[in-house]
Amino acid sequence: MSLNIVVLAKQVPDTRNVGKDAMKEDGTINRAALPAIFNPEDLNALEQALQLKETHPGSKITLLTMGPPRASEIVREGLYRGADTGIVLTDRAFAGADTLATSYALATAVKHIGEVDIIIGGRQAIDGDTAQVGPQIAEKLGFPQVTYAEEVKVEEGKAIVTRRLEGGVETVECPLPCVVTVNGSAAPCRPRNARFIQKYKYAVTPSEKATLEGAKLALVESRPELNLYEWSAAEVNADPQQIGLAGSPTKVKTVVNVVFQAKESKTIEGEDNAALEELIKDLIANHTIG
Amino acid sequence: MANFYTDNTDLKHHLTHPLMRKIVELKERNYTDAEKFDYAPLDFDDAMDSYEKVLEIAGEISAEIVAPNAEDVDHEGPHVVDGHVVYAQGTQKNLDALVKAGLMGISLPRRYNGLNFSIVPYIMAADMVSRADAGFVNIWGLQDCAETIYEFADEDQKMRYLPRVCAGETMAMDLTEPDAGSDLQAVMLKARFNEADGTWRLNGVKRFITNGDGNIALVLARSEEGSKDGRGLSMFIYDRNDGGVTVRRIENKMGIKGSPTCELVFKNAKAELCGSRKLGLIKYVMALMNGARLGIAAQSVGVSEAAYREAIAYARDRKQFGKAIIEFPAVAEMISNIKMKLDASRSLLYECTRFVDMYKTYEDIARERTLTPEERAEMKKYSRYADAFTPLAKGMGSEYCNQNAYDCVQVHGGSGFMKDYACERIYRDARITSIYEGTTQLQVVAAIRHVTTGTYLNKIEEYNAETYAPQFDALKAKLVAMTELYRAAVASVTESHNTEYLDFQARRLVEMAGHIIMGYLLLGDATRNDSFAKSAANYIRFGEAEVKKHSEYIANFDIESLADYRQA
Repeated sequence: MSLNIVVLAKQVPDTRNVGKDAMKEDGTINRAALPAIFNPEDLNALEQALQLKETHPGSKITLLTMGPPRASEIVREGLYRGADTGIVLTDRAFAGADTLATSYALATAVKHIGEVDIIIGGRQAIDGDTAQVGPQIAEKLGFPQVTYAEEVKVEEGKAIVTRRLEGGVETVECPLPCVVTVNGSAAPCRPRNARFIQKYKYAVTPSEKATLEGAKLALVESRPELNLYEWSAAEVNADPQQIGLAGSPTKVKTVVNVVFQAKESKTIEGEDNAALEELIKDLIANHTIG
Repeated sequence: MANFYTDNTDLKHHLTHPLMRKIVELKERNYTDAEKFDYAPLDFDDAMDSYEKVLEIAGEISAEIVAPNAEDVDHEGPHVVDGHVVYAQGTQKNLDALVKAGLMGISLPRRYNGLNFSIVPYIMAADMVSRADAGFVNIWGLQDCAETIYEFADEDQKMRYLPRVCAGETMAMDLTEPDAGSDLQAVMLKARFNEADGTWRLNGVKRFITNGDGNIALVLARSEEGSKDGRGLSMFIYDRNDGGVTVRRIENKMGIKGSPTCELVFKNAKAELCGSRKLGLIKYVMALMNGARLGIAAQSVGVSEAAYREAIAYARDRKQFGKAIIEFPAVAEMISNIKMKLDASRSLLYECTRFVDMYKTYEDIARERTLTPEERAEMKKYSRYADAFTPLAKGMGSEYCNQNAYDCVQVHGGSGFMKDYACERIYRDARITSIYEGTTQLQVVAAIRHVTTGTYLNKIEEYNAETYAPQFDALKAKLVAMTELYRAAVASVTESHNTEYLDFQARRLVEMAGHIIMGYLLLGDATRNDSFAKSAANYIRFGEAEVKKHSEYIANFDIESLADYRQA
């Protein structure tokens, strides 16, 4: 069977390469100092989708992202690896969303897409590390969900998912449609493909298309696959009260810049039980154990 | 993310050479493929943008996947299981990544699912993959055997084999045998036509076959019973899916250990004739070898780049006598020498590649329509230049690669002798470059006729007529003086009309031409891009001393002294 696959992806600041300019004075992220990248675990998710497409010929992968208009960059990154099309969910009204408002917005977008067999996203984004958005989307859509996935297969109309748990793996079966969130320990995403990068390098959203002229515009006009989607809150019929700041119960009061410092060390001498007991008492006292 | 394309601006410099506009226009037949293929370029800028984007992919895979796997691959190596090769795990991962990225069949036409790229970006990708792992570039780089199928096989064979190469199947060229190395006329592998089922069958042994268990192999075999020389040899295509060839063993080599060098046993193996009978060696292998030599020139430059990076990183990091060792003139000079030889050999590599691109593209156009007299003249000119520059780029590039690897170990001192640093592997990997696909001595044999017929001198005069930035006038004057010494040396050797004497002095003469040519190329580079100024100056000073040394040796040599070198 061919599958309609939606991959959830987020453009995030590259927090893995944080320099001293990463934070502004007021504690907010200095986006100019951090390159915007495809959230790493979303790439793992995309790879699972691409493998499903290989085992289920005729499947279609739609990459869905919410963010500012320039998030179209990661839609193209997805196309370069084998996704078929992409949607940028973008609207000023979505700004300031916490996980609840984000999952609401994305869930409404999924409904707007129509028939979907499987939604695959990364476990969490490196700029928030909440791991809440995927599960919340499943709840809002009323789909079953499987988290911490390492391998996703679809057999006889059911998803067969191997999950990475503490101390082992577990394989579960799940009816479709469902939501799967993928762990960073899953297969890394394949590289960009030379043909796809040439095919899709001029793929644009409507707002980007408006800046084109001449041969490039004519090319985009003549090739439907180069036209990406850009959906606003109104387009997906999102309730204004449930999106953006208005829909976000999470309020940031302050942001504190934490500087890690080496703690003082303590040496406990001796080879008898008394020394061991002292060590254990200390570890319990400072909550390292117990 | 590490990337061997974006971290090395010299590559973009060579990619954007002025001749590229002409090459790409010819290659793309004025951009007519865009109507038929959704990944074909619209115009020159679009094509160059695609080249760069694809090179970024190759650079990322080289830096993020191939290079980190290199050490494990070197230790693990391939092995034989049930008569077939199993690659080291890292090798397989490298190959999978490059195949998934669509980096196979780079220069093949789009109708066979190729990328239809010019050879320049293909060689540039090889340059980067080699920097990451010189052994691995062999397996990936054997895709250029597909060029031979494209040029000489029939359309049915092209349709059956070329898309498979583009989809990621690997290739091999089965030429060498225990008694036929440099002298391929001695090839014995038997090819017999089986009238019963109308197929060719191969029997015999091949040795030292790189990636010998590749999916598709070009095999040189003796089709003419009773013949003794090269005229009895034909080229065959062997498809591994048909079976009949087993790997008897994999050689235990000094370097490039990840690349399986196989001994193959052919037992009634089915094969199909490629091209015409009897032209196997005299036409097809010659074409195959020229492509392969260009590949080794790229491999050499990649290894030189790796040596340069390792040497400079260590010299900056290592402190002795209270400062980084790079601050000591003796160390700084070694690193400058590595860099100038790297820059010189890379410049020669891409110059040569452009010549190959030009004549091959004209040859390809000639399959579709008759060339104009001007086009035909251009094709001949570039074909001659390619023929002259290929042995020079391979010969001198591989020697510099060895020297650079040696100096890289030297910069590391005692640590460089230990297995802990990459330079030890680089040193072992470098060694093969001046041996296979024709030793340096055989490159000299191929190059010397361009000394005697004047191809090099004509090209040098063309370079001299070009305009360089005025601040390089003094360097240019040195090149002019070097050319005079070269002219005199060539005259004195050729006027002897003694072939033994010409052979004896051949390497010196070829090197003199090489120094002058690389000097001019670096002046051109420095004129376009300031960052080459140091290498140009350093190289021309070095080349000047080398040319004077050879000139003096030749001038002072008494032909009678040849007797002192003869070994009974």
